[in-house]
Amino acid sequence: MEDILKVKDLHVQVRTNDGSASLVQAISFGIKKGKILGLVGESGCGKTVTSMSILQLHDKKNVDIRGSITLQGRELNGLANKEMRKIRGKDIAFIMQNPMNAFTPVFTIGHQFIETIQSHTGLNKKQAKELAIGVMESVNLPDPAKLLKNYPFQLSGGMLQRVMIAIAACLKPAVIIADEPTTALDLHSQSLVLRLLDKIRSEYGTSILLISHDLGVISELADDVIVMRHGRIVETANVLELFDNPQHEYTKKLLRTRPTLYSQKQPYSYML
Amino acid sequence: MSLLQVKQVNFSYNSKRLFKGNDQTTNILNEISFSIEEGTCLGLIGTSGAGKSTLGKVILGIQRPQQGQVLFQGHDIYNLNKATQQKIRRDLQVVFQDSYSAVNPRMTAERIISEPLENFERLSVGEKRRRVIELLERVGLSERDLKKYPHQFSGGQLQRINIARAIALKPKLIVLDESVSSLDMVTQSLILKLLSELKDDFGLSYLFITHDIKAAFSISDQIGVLEKGELIELYDSKDQFFSSKHPIVKRLRDSILAEHPRFRTLTTKVKLG
Repeated sequence: MEDILKVKDLHVQVRTNDGSASLVQAISFGIKKGKILGLVGESGCGKTVTSMSILQLHDKKNVDIRGSITLQGRELNGLANKEMRKIRGKDIAFIMQNPMNAFTPVFTIGHQFIETIQSHTGLNKKQAKELAIGVMESVNLPDPAKLLKNYPFQLSGGMLQRVMIAIAACLKPAVIIADEPTTALDLHSQSLVLRLLDKIRSEYGTSILLISHDLGVISELADDVIVMRHGRIVETANVLELFDNPQHEYTKKLLRTRPTLYSQKQPYSYML
Repeated sequence: MSLLQVKQVNFSYNSKRLFKGNDQTTNILNEISFSIEEGTCLGLIGTSGAGKSTLGKVILGIQRPQQGQVLFQGHDIYNLNKATQQKIRRDLQVVFQDSYSAVNPRMTAERIISEPLENFERLSVGEKRRRVIELLERVGLSERDLKKYPHQFSGGQLQRINIARAIALKPKLIVLDESVSSLDMVTQSLILKLLSELKDDFGLSYLFITHDIKAAFSISDQIGVLEKGELIELYDSKDQFFSSKHPIVKRLRDSILAEHPRFRTLTTKVKLG
């Protein structure tokens, strides 16, 4: 099967007054239809830089992006901003870590939801609203018509993140980039959001690039995993293989040092 | 006698309404009672809005509860004479979640850590510096970091400085309010390791407030579950958490993420290759 999103030999450099610094080097990966690719690494390893490069969100004046990024065969790197705007939100949707910052506080959720739909489709306001309510119902948000009239600060973080996912999913994008989607949420909202992402990929066949530092999130959702460190990929593997039989020393260290509920004497099977 | 005793604490916020007649009262904590023994750690878990942080503030003496008592080494912390208050403030320290907002951005690491020493101890300049360096080294930083400002540190390093400041006066109890929640997994496990070493070295007690069950389990001796202002369960051992039949605990347990993809709880199962 063809890769929906393909990144080949990506190098990102930032130019500063003191010369240029390399942020990520030689990043290559592909995501197939309906698959979830997990991207793991500690803070500062280049996870977010990679996702911003895919969306071409870096400031072109100071940041050099080399390499190839293709979406369904179409090259994205170097595409004019006007063209990219048609792709962002429609073909590639983005879910951020902090849902509170992802919305404008001065407009209602409905206003922002409908604006997103209308900027990519020819629907009128009434149709857009119907679509929004339909999608919100399908992701189990209670009382969508009322939610649309609320302002972002009237909702809890978990609720707002689910609205964000509804907005991301409503135009059935080919790819969703989820950058630490559950890090700011508490346990219960976290599992709701993960379930939701899983539902979207199986119902719409959306491919998801899941960025997280939490190995729990990765083991729940990812099909394949990339481990990054200092701007480079150190290991790429199927998620089962990675957890069963990590190859790189760094991956082994990650798996060994994470907090766990079970002691050595009582392995994972203790839970079942 | 327990180090800290919390007896039937009730806490509520009153919000005055500007145009409507009667005030609104929101109950945050309801009849909370528990105790922490010397040298042990109580992990307090609960979803957001359960009242975890408010309870932390009540124990620190920041928020006076409407009813109930907080006894630290047998003294009621809301009813003290000056001398005992001074002593208790030494023995009771706190580390918050957001390391950047917990320090003054215009102070160097040296000044941040020496502040409690200046307030409570009379030391010469050389002696003070020696103590600060000792503390920095204890939390895994070095003498080179003395003159750095907060923005020159990463989140994990700055959290170490907060910990160094908290242990500077060799306190008895530290309230850790989501202290490791905003750190990435590598830093998180390093800080947790540091905290349990310090606990053994100094015989410290912790109140570890978190929503992260795995972090709580890795450091705590006892686990309490807080939900909507009530301490619904209190366990001496971790096994009790897994066998509890309480619906809220069950829900918490169900939302723990699998540690291995083979045991994932989501609908789509993973296939090899």
